[in-house]
Amino acid sequence: MPKLTIDGTEIEVEAGTSVLQACEQLGIEVPRFCYHERLSVAANCRMCLVEMERSPKPIASCSMPCADGMVIRTNTEQVQRARKGVMELILINHPLDCPICDQGGECDLQDQAVAYGFDRSRYTEEKRSVNDKDFGPLINAEMTRCIHCTRCIRFCEEIAGVSVLGAVGRGTHTEVTTYVGRTIDSELSGNLADVCPVGALTSKPYRFTARPWELRKTETIDVLDAVGSNIRVDTRGGEVMRVLPRLNEDVNEEWISDKTRFACDGLKRQRLDRPYVRRDGRLQPASWDEALAAVATRLAGVAGTRIAGLAGDLVDAEAMVALKDLLQALGSPNMDCRQDGARFDALERVGYLFNTTIAGIEQADAILLIGTNPRIEAPLVNARIRKRYREGGLKVGVIGPQLELTYSYDHLGSGPEVLTALAEGTHPFAAVLKAANRPMLILGAGVLARDDGPALQAAARQVAVTANLVRADWNGFNVLHLAAARVGGLDLGFLPQAGGRDTRGILEGAQAGEIEVVYLLGADEIDASRLGSAFVIYQGHHGDRGAHRADVVLPGAAYTEKNGTYVNTEGRVQRGRMAVFPVGEAREDWKILRALSERLGHRLPYDSLAQVRDRLAAVNPLFAGAENPASALWRPFGQSGVPGSEPFQPPFDTFYMTDPISRASLTMAKCIDAFVPSREGKTGTHG
Amino acid sequence: MSTPAAVAAHQPDSFAFTPDNVAVAEKILARYPVDKRASAVLPLLHLAQRQNANWLPKVAMDHVAGLLGMAPIRVYEVATFYTMFNKEPVGKHLVQVCTTTPCWLRGSDEVLGACKRRLGIGPGETTPDGQFTVVEIECAGACVNAPVVAIGEDYYEDLDGPAMVALLDQLARGETPTPGSQTGRRGSCPATGPTTLTNPPSPSAPADAATGADD
Repeated sequence: MPKLTIDGTEIEVEAGTSVLQACEQLGIEVPRFCYHERLSVAANCRMCLVEMERSPKPIASCSMPCADGMVIRTNTEQVQRARKGVMELILINHPLDCPICDQGGECDLQDQAVAYGFDRSRYTEEKRSVNDKDFGPLINAEMTRCIHCTRCIRFCEEIAGVSVLGAVGRGTHTEVTTYVGRTIDSELSGNLADVCPVGALTSKPYRFTARPWELRKTETIDVLDAVGSNIRVDTRGGEVMRVLPRLNEDVNEEWISDKTRFACDGLKRQRLDRPYVRRDGRLQPASWDEALAAVATRLAGVAGTRIAGLAGDLVDAEAMVALKDLLQALGSPNMDCRQDGARFDALERVGYLFNTTIAGIEQADAILLIGTNPRIEAPLVNARIRKRYREGGLKVGVIGPQLELTYSYDHLGSGPEVLTALAEGTHPFAAVLKAANRPMLILGAGVLARDDGPALQAAARQVAVTANLVRADWNGFNVLHLAAARVGGLDLGFLPQAGGRDTRGILEGAQAGEIEVVYLLGADEIDASRLGSAFVIYQGHHGDRGAHRADVVLPGAAYTEKNGTYVNTEGRVQRGRMAVFPVGEAREDWKILRALSERLGHRLPYDSLAQVRDRLAAVNPLFAGAENPASALWRPFGQSGVPGSEPFQPPFDTFYMTDPISRASLTMAKCIDAFVPSREGKTGTHG
Repeated sequence: MSTPAAVAAHQPDSFAFTPDNVAVAEKILARYPVDKRASAVLPLLHLAQRQNANWLPKVAMDHVAGLLGMAPIRVYEVATFYTMFNKEPVGKHLVQVCTTTPCWLRGSDEVLGACKRRLGIGPGETTPDGQFTVVEIECAGACVNAPVVAIGEDYYEDLDGPAMVALLDQLARGETPTPGSQTGRRGSCPATGPTTLTNPPSPSAPADAATGADD
């Protein structure tokens, strides 16, 4: 452990720490542009120069490893002169167009020019300008502003795993560009706007819409996949202007997927802003009173067993517990939070969680992907696997369709027979898993949604047993869910109660006329044509499939508009916070159910968010507020059965449109046009 | 310098090494360990350029990238970094006139002017018949015989206007001028003839030659 002195303070650091990192540990600010703690060190901007004793010149602190006895000074006149010089050099070709630049107000170059630069320019020659580049519908490129720090190139190469950006030419003619006019085809491309320290790469949809100092920032949770990325929602007035990532090393590090970031314009379109009641075959605007009355009238005298409830993918746990309580009060055992029709065994938590945890992927040395494409289903899980892959020594096996992943893998086969062979230990990859120190498997949600899902879940469990995936300090059995609401619903037991019907049963019952009333809580991914002649109540925030079929529409709140609890695929309980108020007459979802319950004569016993949360904790103590995923015990689960022979199919056609919010998003529609080569029929649905 | 925006419309549709060049490429690849194949990018690009009339179309870079398992952009970065790779078609004779300080002091302006007079084109241009392309280059590394012009892979040195015109005339006639100094001096001997070692060494005093060499 080298010991060095920085500005007179002695510090001992881990071997391999750079001088810049050591300075940070002491709280000393060192300006930088090219250095980024999650990317490789390029040391090409020279902004982090510091003085080192016995060195004739200042050194680039980001690339200089600490050594014993080093004496570093960061605040001498030489350092200040060096920084001023570097700043002047960088600004030679940088246009001073801050007033029309989107980065203004949150620009590293602007800030550091003020802090470390000259107060005027001595440069009178002509500045360089660079042709506009088209990087697709998400990233706006104004490459004249580029200072060639190469962060974006390294991000694409290292984190996103797509080598599309590069620095071509040399010297003053250097340009950062894609290979001859290609777009940046990555589901993590939005992060480029964050890593770019200047205004060269900015968010295209957010362009020219707001200034950072006008925005109110709310720290919340993303719900567009089951990862539960930590996000910051920036709002102005009642409008969500943009979504940015928030640091959480255990979940999303500091990245978010493009859907998380850019689908927020879907929050402004297709919204249900007032109740509707179907009269004369058409949905007509109604007051809350009329809508609730319509529901109460229809429900009067209907036996509980003829009522059913389905919870959708974006629903918060508060709403689900309220609906569950209401259905039970009405005497209905028919409810399911798995609108994809999955029937797997949900009694044991360990059987449906991502037990290894997302951060745990970094320790794995063999990964088996079963019927899942993490690149599309959970880009941040995929980024974690790639991060592990780059360290070397990771073996990945894939069962399912051939995938375009950002790491190399062995394609083991496409159907359940490979899983069976692995469970029996006869497949060669079983030996790979067995020999690994930290093996894991990831079971796709699409696999569980199949007809033979329960048998496949059991087969995957058998693989875990055969290959010794579960050990004293390691659980390598993982389910990768697609929906933010799913694990919360399972933890709450929003599942068929004794004698109740599951999603398939409810749809069959509705078709057969045995189910009279179906309550859709944000459930849009079901086949609405199978609801038969049932009376459909739709509570949700978008006029999507569910609302089109509904007889009564109760406008709820989107995830940015309510205080909701979500459990991610790891079983991590996280709280989302309200950033704006629900649109129009829409209300927070649990409040709607609470109001309806009173109309129905089964008043739910909670009047405040705190009381709902107490109720959540009473249903399952996990909701009491623990941030970390509780490790679940390895117990038997799954149902015996013979898996079918059909090959695994991807659950989504595309990454960009998978839920009511992203389906309403113009930006996502543009992405499909730009990135999805053939668009036949459906645009990304479940099942 | 070619930039992506300048990637020409006259790009061919496909490129593959000829069987002969495949053999050469295999020899080049054999020089590097299997996991360091990307090191072969420069010689392979050079080979591709030779095969393709002295310029590198996009498809050739793609082909090299495919051979080496590199991302196309990485090859493109390399190809655009080096001025010796031509990203656009060039004439049969690529006349590279050095205009860096020593050559400039010794009259490279006159050489460039001679090209302009004889061929009717300025730096960066190609004659309509596709015979000549004239470019300015930075130091060619032969300052001692300045001014210098590199044509194809040969250096022509000690030039002036008339000598340059004579060179171009010869090339236009399909001849290959003798490379090297055009004033007849050998290598980089003093231009005015030998200034030392002018007498044959005396057999009796071998040390004289050595000590007297600096005079």
